[in-house]
Amino acid sequence: MDATSEQLLWMYEKMIEIREYEETMVKVYLEGKLPPKIQKGLAFDIGAGPVPGEMHLAAGQEPVAVGVCAHLRRDDTVVGAHRPHHFAIAKDVDLNAMTAEMFGKVTGLGRGKGGHMHLFDPAVKFSCSGIVGAGAPQACGAALAAKKLGTDAVAIAFFGEGAANQGAFHEALNLAALWKLPVVFVVEDNKYGISVEKSASTAIASNADRAAAYGMPGVLVERNDALAVFEAAGAAVARARRGEGPTLIEVNTDRYFGHFQGDPETYRPKDEAKTLRQHDPIPALATLLRQRDLLDDEADAALRTRISARVQAAYDFGRNSPYPAPEDALLHVFAD
Amino acid sequence: MSTTTTTRRLTMAQAIAEATAQEMARDDRVFVMGEDVGKYGGIFSATTGLLDQFGPERVMDTPISETGFMGAALGAAAEGLRPISELMFVDFFGVCFDQIYNHIAKNHYMSGGACKYPLVITTGIGGGYNDAAQHSQCLYSIFAHVPGLKVVVPSNAYDAKGLMTTAIRDDNPVVFLYHKGIMGLSWMSYFEGSTNEVPEAQYTIPFGQARIVREGSDVTIVTLSQMVQKSVLAADQLAAEGISAEVLDLRTLVPLDRAAVLASVAKTGRLLVADEDYLSYGLSGEIAALVAENLDTLRLKAPVRRLAVPDVPIPFSRPLEQFAIPQVDNIVASVRGLMRFTLA
Repeated sequence: MDATSEQLLWMYEKMIEIREYEETMVKVYLEGKLPPKIQKGLAFDIGAGPVPGEMHLAAGQEPVAVGVCAHLRRDDTVVGAHRPHHFAIAKDVDLNAMTAEMFGKVTGLGRGKGGHMHLFDPAVKFSCSGIVGAGAPQACGAALAAKKLGTDAVAIAFFGEGAANQGAFHEALNLAALWKLPVVFVVEDNKYGISVEKSASTAIASNADRAAAYGMPGVLVERNDALAVFEAAGAAVARARRGEGPTLIEVNTDRYFGHFQGDPETYRPKDEAKTLRQHDPIPALATLLRQRDLLDDEADAALRTRISARVQAAYDFGRNSPYPAPEDALLHVFAD
Repeated sequence: MSTTTTTRRLTMAQAIAEATAQEMARDDRVFVMGEDVGKYGGIFSATTGLLDQFGPERVMDTPISETGFMGAALGAAAEGLRPISELMFVDFFGVCFDQIYNHIAKNHYMSGGACKYPLVITTGIGGGYNDAAQHSQCLYSIFAHVPGLKVVVPSNAYDAKGLMTTAIRDDNPVVFLYHKGIMGLSWMSYFEGSTNEVPEAQYTIPFGQARIVREGSDVTIVTLSQMVQKSVLAADQLAAEGISAEVLDLRTLVPLDRAAVLASVAKTGRLLVADEDYLSYGLSGEIAALVAENLDTLRLKAPVRRLAVPDVPIPFSRPLEQFAIPQVDNIVASVRGLMRFTLA
């Protein structure tokens, strides 16, 4: 399946938006967390600053999100994992509300109750979970619902290569194949489960090979490239929409930042991220767009200005929104 | 509505299956999934007859993949369906608890109320038939401990039907735990009081309303599930001795009818909690704490007593199991003990 000009430009724009979002977060996240603004003797204070808590960023992994979501509709379901921003942005989650959630504000997607690992936007059928592998069965449920309701909606479960060693992954694959569910499992292999290299956690080189055990197609996307992901995902989503069942895709991708912000990254070579950035998928797609006369300097600058404004507006919205009333902690345990 | 309502004697299993069938007929979004819920009709007969009536699309046998199908129930509920997900024995929940306590219980809250997860989890609880430590627990307190789950533990067929109908219509996750020893199974002895008259027509019983099974004035026995039937038998024996015991069936743990507990204890001045779960850190402690927190308005004639499994796994051998799980005689003895006190 060839990407249309529109799809190529959409992927390019979304990748820039994701990258800008994550790089902005690197700075915002550090606000208030470093000496001398924190308790004496600490080098870093995870609970301080306007965006407290853990922060897992996805810079470098943009191709996985855009290559898959380029095929999705608003009524398709996406279940992401603990590193969810790229998926959320590619699924058109409300950027202001998502950002406000990370600031813990009442205008956030979860009114400040979820934080960055727990983003829920039912309008675009997006959710994610901080528990490794947990989303795969839930995507099966969404796909089961689509089947029962007689729609041709599909569900995507995104998770890291570490999740492919979870029981939840294997149970979900079996269930999806058994019931021929319209679901696509997408493994982002960023090479590390926090610090543990894939070779030290996984008995086989490619998780795509595990698809054979469940009688479904398994596809390995070897390059961290939006178009390569787009092609693999296009076939998988189309297959799911036709009612032919699930597909497992693994994408070799790169994580430019640590597992979380503040990760000392002692487990990988100091300059690894720099090396990885030499194969940055964003300029690669820009080159292709220019070759096809879909992009020039002027258009690129205009696009980047537009995206910057959107991202900045989201951060401003998050920063300037009010906090929930403390006693709002007692609300929403149960639906009325 | 007609004032004459047809009723029949049903077992608790039949009542649960009937509530489910009637709700499935009323609402296309309701479906059943779980282990052996189809042809087998549920290991404890809670889904008997449903497959014939509704077919395999709506009564789905699952693989023995509890994480898989509990997660799928959540995913389907998020899309607006109303799954009933059965997991045979409560003892087996260890394999899928992440989906339950980290997702099913919390997603509504973490979404700030934006997402709803209307689903019912059904499971069998309880011992008394020599099934040993991995097939005999109650564990309802674990579910009640985690915020975001409603917890229903019926003691008889009438209540089970009304509570099950309420559970299916609730927009929240509900854990519905039925004691195997009161389901009226043809292959396990059971307590007569649990099989009773059940209206054919649909009805609901609101959550959070305890029921006074038997009125009394000397002592309150707060209890639930099969222990209600044991407590009624104990109350009969006690009545012969001139002791008037009130038996209060909690029916739901979340929400908990605190007012009913306090009102009854205010009346009798003595409290026995009769529970088949483990003693420590559970239901019996919760009820005792409720009373302790209200001693400014309550006047107790005796210290609070708790009867529960004494913090041991459920043993296999008959004499061991009968010792570990509170029996009618233990309830009688505990109440007699309470009657020796007449604190000012």
